[in-house]
Amino acid sequence: MAAPALLVDNLSVEFQTRSGVVKALEGVSFNVAKGETLAVVGESGSGKSVTAYAVMGILDAAAAVTSGRAVLGGLDLLAASKEAMAEVRGREVAMIFQNPRTALNPIRRVGDQIADVLLRHANVTPNAAPREAIKLLETVGITDPVRRAKAYPFELSGGMCQRVMIAIALAAQPSLLIADEPTTGLDVTTQAIIMDIIAERASATGMATIFITHDLGLAAERADRIVVMHAGHVVEAQRTRDLFAHPRHPYTQALIAATPGHTSRLAELSTIGGNLPDLRAAKLPACRYAARCPRKLAICDSSLPSIDPTAPEALACHNPVSSPPMGEAA
Amino acid sequence: MFSLIFNRLMLAIPSLIGVVIVTFLLTRALPGDPAAYFAGPAATEQAIAEIRAKLGTDKPLIVQFGRYVSDLARGELGNSLTTGQSVAKEIATRLPASAELTLIGLMLVVILAVPMGILAATRPGSWIDHVTRIVSTAGVSLPVFFTGLLLVYVFYYRLGLSPSPVGRLDVFLSAPPHITGFYLIDAALARDAEVFVAALKQLILPALTLAIFALAPIARMTRASMLAVLSADFVRTARASGLSSSKVIVTYAFRNAVLPVITTLGMVLSFLLGANVLVEKVFAWPGIGSFAVEALIASDYAPVQGFVLTMAALYVALNLAIDIAYGLIDPRVRISS
Amino acid sequence: MSTNASALRHARYVLGENPVTAFAFGLFVLIVLAAILGPSVVPYDPLASNTSRALQAPSAQHWFGTDQLGRDIFSRVIVATRLDLFIAIASVALVFMLGGLSGVAAGYFGGWVDKVVMRIADTIMAFPLFVLAMGIVAALGNSVQNIILATAIVNFPLYARVARSEANIRREAGYIEAARLSGNGDARIVLTQILPNIIPILVVQMSLTMGYAILNAAGLSFIGLGVRPPTPEWGIMVAEGAAFMVSGEWWIAFFPGLALMLAVFCFNLLGDGLRDIVDPRRRT
Repeated sequence: MAAPALLVDNLSVEFQTRSGVVKALEGVSFNVAKGETLAVVGESGSGKSVTAYAVMGILDAAAAVTSGRAVLGGLDLLAASKEAMAEVRGREVAMIFQNPRTALNPIRRVGDQIADVLLRHANVTPNAAPREAIKLLETVGITDPVRRAKAYPFELSGGMCQRVMIAIALAAQPSLLIADEPTTGLDVTTQAIIMDIIAERASATGMATIFITHDLGLAAERADRIVVMHAGHVVEAQRTRDLFAHPRHPYTQALIAATPGHTSRLAELSTIGGNLPDLRAAKLPACRYAARCPRKLAICDSSLPSIDPTAPEALACHNPVSSPPMGEAA
Repeated sequence: MFSLIFNRLMLAIPSLIGVVIVTFLLTRALPGDPAAYFAGPAATEQAIAEIRAKLGTDKPLIVQFGRYVSDLARGELGNSLTTGQSVAKEIATRLPASAELTLIGLMLVVILAVPMGILAATRPGSWIDHVTRIVSTAGVSLPVFFTGLLLVYVFYYRLGLSPSPVGRLDVFLSAPPHITGFYLIDAALARDAEVFVAALKQLILPALTLAIFALAPIARMTRASMLAVLSADFVRTARASGLSSSKVIVTYAFRNAVLPVITTLGMVLSFLLGANVLVEKVFAWPGIGSFAVEALIASDYAPVQGFVLTMAALYVALNLAIDIAYGLIDPRVRISS
Repeated sequence: MSTNASALRHARYVLGENPVTAFAFGLFVLIVLAAILGPSVVPYDPLASNTSRALQAPSAQHWFGTDQLGRDIFSRVIVATRLDLFIAIASVALVFMLGGLSGVAAGYFGGWVDKVVMRIADTIMAFPLFVLAMGIVAALGNSVQNIILATAIVNFPLYARVARSEANIRREAGYIEAARLSGNGDARIVLTQILPNIIPILVVQMSLTMGYAILNAAGLSFIGLGVRPPTPEWGIMVAEGAAFMVSGEWWIAFFPGLALMLAVFCFNLLGDGLRDIVDPRRRT
């Protein structure tokens, strides 16, 4: 296998809060290949976004990376200098966010916001930047881009704003795009269009995509491979089809069972018992799912199988489900 | 843009009407009969009645009001009882002194408070953050006349750095040729460095007094709104796009953070115009404030009325300017109006 | 009863958590003591002049020095507390009633009452407040009562707006509807149901505006309005000492100015602390 577009190895992040230290991420490892779409799924609070922010180097001041590396194009992003990271952000790795309307500067024309990134990262002269911005708007499917470039975010719909966000992210043709819940808050039709645009740009440029979502159904439709996170741990990673066919971690299995599909009825849906553990606790069990897990063993409190960051598959469980077909679960 | 200015002008009109009515009512509330005051203690009933007819105070209130408004429209503010001079003329000659002082004070406070607020917000926990917090709590408690006197004591009496705190210019110098009435500008236009420096020296302490007075609310607001904006989604986007930190802080964060600060400026101006009177008294500054104070002590009402009216008109105009500045920065206001 | 106990517990918690508020509270007690006991505990008669002791710097005998007439500044500063505090409290109490009631009426009845009250508030806000206060005192006559009235009037919009918005929120509340359905008249509802619920918020407003009221009144007396010499009052004492700042006798203006500053500082801090107790959400 060729070198991955991004390799995250043993990443841990802690937050200093008033009520103690929160171990938000612990030993997170995964990789994404060039041209691949990787979905990172999990409940809210599972550390998906924190992982993305850590890779981008935009964690807030209360957070600290306590271990690990994130290698992109031979550079460890977690150890890179501020200046080096400012070069990488937007140029090598770009990110789009949920709530596109608040993610854009409300008092700056969208064309100018795209031009800001072009001037910073792409070899574009100030004179040419507005023209290039309009071209980018065209590539993300905005009609009448000349007029729209002069618009302010409040004059555009949420879907339009997300297209502008994508144009900003793709301005410097990054090798990796991180999309953090990019379609949350958009209507279903717009969701599909936005995901199509991302997929189209990715296949046109060979860009890798990390797609962060809590929506397992969306991940199933769009991702080549899925990483499942729970309470700051990676619990399982598999190719999409395999993951749904043979979920191995009990949490993955519960998550799939709790996801409404086209055929499932409300009565068939199950909920996942218990809550996410309190990550402030001084002594957490080695496996953070242990308290909620029906298959828990004594060893789960003290040790966790390590995962290979470079492998396409991962499983952090001592007592995995022995690959039962989906129907028999739960 | 023009519709924004037009709308704001329309909104200012009821305020101005209210101001005119209130100043008129204040005149009528005057205790005693101005005609009797005018005529002097020895006057006969008939003499007083004649003066009353001349002043128009024998007419019904509504007629008096009509006369008041038509006088105002002609720029007529009556005459001072003590000096007999036209109040409008006196205010016109003194206004530049007050305006220069207030504007320089305002410039000083913006230059000081805005960077303070920004630094406090971008470097939380640093010494400048602590200084800003102390200043913005203690600053609002400082009586402006007290600050002025402390500055005089330290910079004039103790350190000898500033000239005697009396007036706009050293008595041995003559004022620059009148063009704008702002000594700094007039001296610069006349290329008179000596007068310029002397005027600046006279101006710096009173202007600083005003600035210290307004420092607290503006620094506090800048800090708070900058903090809010820095954690906003669009600043995160700008960071994630790798924009330089100066671009993120100036173009993205600050331009948004300045909007609430501009709003605060309206309130601060109300206090600043009031504080101006006190500062003029402390520094014997020949502006309209000290003119009004002298008249107040002498129970000479026309100058006070003219002063109140001028200040209110000035305040309405400044608020209008603030609203328009806001609209220039914020497209949401500009376009939806 | 239990809500009282929990409010008390919360108050104790806020004071304990927040040493600044505790400090302000201590200062407040001192100020109140000075206002009540001042005249009977000061070492000298605040009005007794003694030209042989004029312009003495602070010493063991005269803690704050003496002024141009040889009066003891410490005694004058302490005695002045009562008058300054009286002016501030009286004006704040007055605006509490005027602004509070008209604001509640505006918010509860809406319609033309609302329009009139808000138009008055807007018109007052169109003036620089201190300037308007000067105009009012000039028109009504130069006296302490009129300083109180002027200070109350310029604060009117603040109170009226707070009371109006609070009354407006409560107008549609279930318990008001219930009171109306059980046959209570508007006046009764306003007095028994709405006002009692708004008073805590207005009390916070009072403590927040006390500082401003003190400053406003002292500013007016500084320019020669209201209080007349030789009455001891902080603003006028600073005015009397002003001329001596340029010749180095700093203490004449400094100590009354310092007292003024501390009093305002105390009420500002106290107001912030009180707001935290009454309405923890608005904590900054």
